[in-house]
Amino acid sequence: MWNSFRRTLALMHKEFLVILKDPRSRVLLFLPPILQCLIFGYAATYDLNTVPYALVDQDRSAASRAFAARLDGSGIFTRVASTQTTEAAADYLLRGRAVLIVTIAADFEKRLVSSQAGRIQVLADGRNSNTAGVAQGYVASIATAFGQDWRASHGLANQAVQVTTRAWYNPSLETRWNMIPSLIGAITMMMTMMLTAMSVAREREEGTFDQLLVAPFRPTEIMIGKAVPSMAVGLLQSSLIFLVALFWFRIPFAGSYAVFYLGLVLFLAAAIGMGLFLSSIARNMQQAMILSFVLLMPFMLLSGLMAPTENMPAILRYFTKINPLQYAITITRRVYLEGATLGQLLPDLSALVVIAAVTMPIAAWFFRNRLA
Amino acid sequence: MTDARQAGSRTASATRIAALIRKETWQLLRDPSSIVIGIVMPLALLLLFGYGLNLDVKNVPVAIVMEEVSDDARGVASGFELSDYFRVVHVKTMAEAQKLLLEHTVSAIVRIPPGFARRVQSNTAEIQVIVHGADANTARISLGYAQGAIGTWIAREAARGRMLAAASVSLESRLWFNEANESTYFLVPGLIVLVVTLIGTLLTALVVAREWERGTFEALFVTPARSSEILLGKAVPYFILGMIGFALSVGGGLLLFGVPFRGSFLVLTAVSMLYLLVALGIGLAVSSATKSQFLASQMSMTLTFLPAMMLSGFVFDIRSMPWIIQVVTYVFPARYFVSLLQTIFLAGNVWSVIIPNAAVLAVMAFALLALSVRLNRKIIG
Repeated sequence: MWNSFRRTLALMHKEFLVILKDPRSRVLLFLPPILQCLIFGYAATYDLNTVPYALVDQDRSAASRAFAARLDGSGIFTRVASTQTTEAAADYLLRGRAVLIVTIAADFEKRLVSSQAGRIQVLADGRNSNTAGVAQGYVASIATAFGQDWRASHGLANQAVQVTTRAWYNPSLETRWNMIPSLIGAITMMMTMMLTAMSVAREREEGTFDQLLVAPFRPTEIMIGKAVPSMAVGLLQSSLIFLVALFWFRIPFAGSYAVFYLGLVLFLAAAIGMGLFLSSIARNMQQAMILSFVLLMPFMLLSGLMAPTENMPAILRYFTKINPLQYAITITRRVYLEGATLGQLLPDLSALVVIAAVTMPIAAWFFRNRLA
Repeated sequence: MTDARQAGSRTASATRIAALIRKETWQLLRDPSSIVIGIVMPLALLLLFGYGLNLDVKNVPVAIVMEEVSDDARGVASGFELSDYFRVVHVKTMAEAQKLLLEHTVSAIVRIPPGFARRVQSNTAEIQVIVHGADANTARISLGYAQGAIGTWIAREAARGRMLAAASVSLESRLWFNEANESTYFLVPGLIVLVVTLIGTLLTALVVAREWERGTFEALFVTPARSSEILLGKAVPYFILGMIGFALSVGGGLLLFGVPFRGSFLVLTAVSMLYLLVALGIGLAVSSATKSQFLASQMSMTLTFLPAMMLSGFVFDIRSMPWIIQVVTYVFPARYFVSLLQTIFLAGNVWSVIIPNAAVLAVMAFALLALSVRLNRKIIG
């Protein structure tokens, strides 16, 4: 028992040396996560801060000018052109210089005065339907506010029904708030899974795997020796990203650190388990890399990082059940933003335990049976 | 005399390149994993993207709390029930609804307070809509749909002769280039970017580094092959594999998902070849610079895959990024390719978009390939 422990310790020591002895590799393991978190934290947003638009004011009345002023004064819309006809504005949309063409109908003021609904046409660039949808939503809310003020200032009756809206846990509805906690899982998963998958493949390619096999190591010891250093690297990477989230983006942390780190450790165990499994079947480093990518791509796409998993067809939702990243993202988001407790996260945490408990023995089995 | 010698050296060079290409192709084909990445992966990704990555918001689970039972309250609730965008769960109390929201069973709560019907008459009625902000994008879109559902009820009342004061401004919205409002339409072009990037960069990133690590690069040095010929030999098989992956994803996107195609195939193929050259260039340059497979893999992932996904404008719109990040996006070739593809697929051959973007890609391809040749000069030590 004691001997086994010492052997494992020696192996871990060796692994740390392999990972950290090369200064380039030290930089590559710890600098990119921070940079990625900073860059993607700003880039990965569905919020629109500036919507360039072209205005076609066919009415040229006080009301239409007031509406346009309201768009321009919103801080979101910037007018790139004012044209007479929609056709003339179309070129801006085509070249991508404007996202929207807002056309105010010629009878806009006349209809407003006669207590009918004034008509506005919004044409959006559907090449990115998400941006288009969000931009249209902004116009809609400005139009509603404009309508209410118009009624109030012209002594017309209120709207029959007012809708008041609120968003819980993220009052200003910033995508950044839910994107950055998710990046903790996404970035570390890629790096640790790859690190683990490559580490065994590297030994195979350099011929040192045979040396490892003739040394008095059991497959389990080799696995633990490979897994623990990857785990340490992964935890360090995720802590760095966590610090960026807390102190750079200043997203308030609502939960408990213990639950947060328990989630991370279990997630990394599951990711490393998969990495070990891949490395036990890969023959060389190129194969290890390809295999990790073949797994990582669907894991990233079907994790809820970019699109909610609820919208997926049933068959893909089953796949998300074996996706450690999906659980990691759920856990980090919920602990981070909602302050979810251990009890509330039990199903997700235990799923990660199951994934780790399945992949690690399979990897060990492959190690043994590849000896022949 | 000199002409003849030059011609002779040119045929010798062609023979050497052909031999190198043959060697690299054998190496590529002997490894089943390259077939996986060239053929299986594009198809798998296509299915995942087409069916899995859906940014359209539909069937949002919503809890409706009717704190008053009246015809008007039921009318509003039916506005939600009839909408494709919502899946309604009726609950009795606000506390119950909050619990469902916290458990993520529902994503929104619609609360119709007591006295609703009475207050509708006096134009002071209020409906509260609460969304779960964790997924901000879905939340914002569902808020818009909630307004729409309530509008539906007002319109139906109007049709039955009861005029309720409605919004003063009516919006008519249309989407150009994507009339069906399908996110698949812009995700499939994005998929092509990922496939070409993966094949072009990740596979080639390891090929030169591997020869350096194994010491076989020195063996190539003593042959008469020039380093540009060696690199050409390595690039050609991966170029062909990349074009196969490209053809599969374009074909699949058009046949399976009916993505409209409004440009010309010739232009599409030409710009894709250009981008593939850039991707190969990055892979070869990274590989030659690091001379280590492990470092090359980490570096190429950091340089290509993640930027292609996050900074290319394929999912996240570049225009909404802070200016400093927008500047960063100009460094990554994926940005130019995404705008080329989205335009060629959905808008057509818009030369004012195609020419500048293609020109940047051409410059990048040339610079990167020249850099890799330079990094592999026949100097040892």
